[in-house]
Amino acid sequence: MIGHRVHRDLARAISAVENGITDYRGALAQFAAFGGPPRGSRRADVIGITGPPGAGKSTLVDRLIEGFRADDATVAVIAVDPSSPFTHGAVLGDRVRMQRHAGDPGVFIRSMASRSAGGGLAPATRDAVRLADEAGFDIVIVETVGVGQVELEIVAVADVIVVVTVPALGDGVQAIKAGLTEIADIFVVNMADRPGANASAVDLKHMVREGKRDIPVLQTIAQDGTGVSELLEVLNAKRNGEDTNAVRAVRFEVVRRARDEAVRRALATLDTPDAAAVLDRLRDHELTRNDAIDALALMLGGPAHAH
Amino acid sequence: MPIKVLVAKPGLDGHDRGAKIVARALRDAGMEVVYTGLHQTPEMIVNAAIQEDVDVVGVSILSGAHMTIFPKIMTMLSDREVDDIAVVGGGVIQEDDIPKLKAIGVREIFNAEASTQDLIDGIERIVAETGRASTRSAQALADGTRVPDPAR
Amino acid sequence: MQTTEKTIADELREWEHQTLLPFTERRPESREVFRTQGGAALERVYTPAHVEDVDFARDIGFPGQFPYTRGPYPTMYRAQPWTMRQIAGFGTADDTNERFRFLIAQGQTGISTDFDMPTLMGYDSDDERSEGEVGREGVAIDSVDDMLDLYAGIDLEKISVSMTINPSAWILLAMYLVTAEERGFDRKKLSGTIQNDIIKEYIAQKEWVYPPRPAMRLVRDSITYSAEHLPRYNPVNVSGYHAREAGSTAIQEVAFTLAAGIAYVEEVVKAGIDVDDFAPRLSFFFVSQIDFLEEVAKFRAARRVWARVMKERFGAKKPESMRLRFHCQTAGVSCTAREPLNNIARTAIEALAAVCGGAQSLHTNGYDEALSIPSEPAMKIALRTQQILADEVGVIGTIDPLGGSYAIERLTTDIEKGCFDYFAEVDKRGGTIKCIEDNFFQMELADAAYDLHRRKEAGERHIVTVTKYRDESANPHVELHHVDEAASGRQLARLRKTKETRDAAAVQAALDEIVRVAKTDENIMPATIAAVKARATGGEIIKALRPVFGTYVETPVF
Repeated sequence: MIGHRVHRDLARAISAVENGITDYRGALAQFAAFGGPPRGSRRADVIGITGPPGAGKSTLVDRLIEGFRADDATVAVIAVDPSSPFTHGAVLGDRVRMQRHAGDPGVFIRSMASRSAGGGLAPATRDAVRLADEAGFDIVIVETVGVGQVELEIVAVADVIVVVTVPALGDGVQAIKAGLTEIADIFVVNMADRPGANASAVDLKHMVREGKRDIPVLQTIAQDGTGVSELLEVLNAKRNGEDTNAVRAVRFEVVRRARDEAVRRALATLDTPDAAAVLDRLRDHELTRNDAIDALALMLGGPAHAH
Repeated sequence: MPIKVLVAKPGLDGHDRGAKIVARALRDAGMEVVYTGLHQTPEMIVNAAIQEDVDVVGVSILSGAHMTIFPKIMTMLSDREVDDIAVVGGGVIQEDDIPKLKAIGVREIFNAEASTQDLIDGIERIVAETGRASTRSAQALADGTRVPDPAR
Repeated sequence: MQTTEKTIADELREWEHQTLLPFTERRPESREVFRTQGGAALERVYTPAHVEDVDFARDIGFPGQFPYTRGPYPTMYRAQPWTMRQIAGFGTADDTNERFRFLIAQGQTGISTDFDMPTLMGYDSDDERSEGEVGREGVAIDSVDDMLDLYAGIDLEKISVSMTINPSAWILLAMYLVTAEERGFDRKKLSGTIQNDIIKEYIAQKEWVYPPRPAMRLVRDSITYSAEHLPRYNPVNVSGYHAREAGSTAIQEVAFTLAAGIAYVEEVVKAGIDVDDFAPRLSFFFVSQIDFLEEVAKFRAARRVWARVMKERFGAKKPESMRLRFHCQTAGVSCTAREPLNNIARTAIEALAAVCGGAQSLHTNGYDEALSIPSEPAMKIALRTQQILADEVGVIGTIDPLGGSYAIERLTTDIEKGCFDYFAEVDKRGGTIKCIEDNFFQMELADAAYDLHRRKEAGERHIVTVTKYRDESANPHVELHHVDEAASGRQLARLRKTKETRDAAAVQAALDEIVRVAKTDENIMPATIAAVKARATGGEIIKALRPVFGTYVETPVF
């Protein structure tokens, strides 16, 4: 059983990482110093919930908590909300929709401001998930910002990814086409009592058929719980089934590292005297912008005419 | 790192105008504000404060039940060993009650006449005085002083 | 409207050039823009040129005649002044009954009931959520036994009784009907009003139990039941007061309220009832804020907009369906805790605006409004304020006395336009209920509230003794309402007695029947009346229906 003390220790360990007071290892040590539980052989299942704003993600998370608790599984939720790019402040309101679980020691809910990180997660989300895992929670649910763009970062964190959309969100399905098929394990059309729900589900099924992976498309009404038991069933099957996401997560991580490395190399190249010379010629109007880009790209060994 | 504040609205009434304006103003002042929603019991508020590891809990009460609610919150924070989280209050609170609330550990009462700037300044001052909750925990670790843990 | 050769607009420009400009060069105005409380920029001076689009016959007309801009009745206060209806409620039913009798003895002509938070939210006094709130902000009513004592000794066929209650309104209406029946009054003669306006709860006041759609069904059932059985009763009081108190603009107050009115009419018409069979019993509730001109214009605009909506949108035929009648309360948020006696002046000005705007009934706030629920002396002065207005000031002698003022007519027309703009937006977004579910009104309101707050803090609108003329010496002492800490215990005893003396099996059967009806589309009122009669409590009925209807959780917006 997870007690209130674990809540406090976990909460403070997360803050320590979030605020850059220590790194993950330090936080883990701190956790142990506070008397947090040792990590057993088991590991938490991490469920990512992503999708556009207004799709009802928090309400769905509330229903999932209810379902997992009915099976006696303990649940930690990390809910990410956007920070203001101007003031860096944030209002974090996701827990309002989960408040009926507030008194349950088997449920831990933590809001995180995105702190201007892209990709739908906060910089410390990944560490927070690992700490919640260490704290002994059976399931960790990560709810992404949901500001509209495709939030691929969740792949690196979650074992199973649920992409939530709603009918008549205009370009909702369009946004999904733009890339979420790559990461979704389950599609959920929430607010299925609204007009257009079936059409959205059919659209999604067509899309899935074009892809390589078999992704279930479910319909829910999170508000009254309709369809949630089917979602739980699929989630539990995924939890107990083979870990397909491990491969995907590794692929994603390799791509991410390659991308980071490419950026690092590009920046380093731009610092060389050769690059400085090109930029000087641009400044002196001896080169057009496009010519300058081509010349610099050549130094990187990349393709020239990419623009 | 932004100051983190829980804006909590206990009681059965729905007077959340003040709480929401405060939440928005604190956000605009660069703080991270967790809003609990309406109709919170003291236990819900304390649990949220712990899980969110906030520096300050701001409680907005207009129902007249402040002398019931604040003592419960203060006792629970103490029982759970998180009384380093500062508690402030706002709403309709009679002047006679303010000293009584301060005596049980409520740091400050911001009545309806306080401006949002008063509130921002007050919270920044309180956090400057007491330090961040999570920083204190990490500092205790760095100093090698284990946080006392009577339950284990 | 043209003068001989020069237009009035020309003359205005000339005046600005020749008279105003040289003057302001010597002595500039104190501010660049003067705004109403709702944020509308005011002209320096209004002229006929500002009201060229206003047509007397079409837009202003005569009292008691479409579009009712000047008032719902042809005689207005010349027949009798508005109903002076001071709200009261605290402690147990007996405590509040005593206050009602005091107010009636002082000349009050209607009574109005304020319930405590647990009653408003559908919790019994013995629920753990009720702790600390029983009988505190209003009277605690758990069962019909309480209501019998609440209105004891009051002739319900003669005095009109108003009840401010929302998510559990249909239960309190049932209690009222059982009370009348057990005391031998004729239902057909009962006059009064129940607030029963669930839409504004989601928008502003935040007292809710069930999600919007089942909650709308409960409102619909009480309206249709009332249309059939209670010819003199107002089964819903569509309210803008709470949105405005929560920081909306004047336009939003009217627009959101009438959008709610539209939703109720649509809901009942959908149930197959002719619009003219119930629309005459719809009543409204607005605040009277401190911005005198804007408020008078607001009341006039509300009447005109509703008349046009009923006629043009719903095809109502009866004049009674088109004339908007409203209750008014002075603005609680305009009252200050500092130097509280100043609130008497604020309240008097707000009350005057309500009267110049043609209110049908009025509650004036006590000077202690910002501090606690009103004391008896505070209530007495508030009532006397109304009596002074009715008997001394002389504004009751002529109807719509400010009608025709260029400024008032301009503001009236602008508010009307603002309302129709909002209706178009709401329709585009799929209607009122959809807009609530999508947080449209809530976001509009949050933005307006924040804007108003910032304008106040920026010094654009002052509050005397708070942002200006602040006197740092000790606040003058006023005697406040004494909270009777023992009332809660007395109420718990009353509830225990009801529970012990009733037939538990009959209560359970009645609750089962309500649950059965709730799952169908039958009217829920008869089953509720039966349960109330069997002494089921409000909390028990609310709880029994939660599994059927669900519980509402808001998505807060900032």
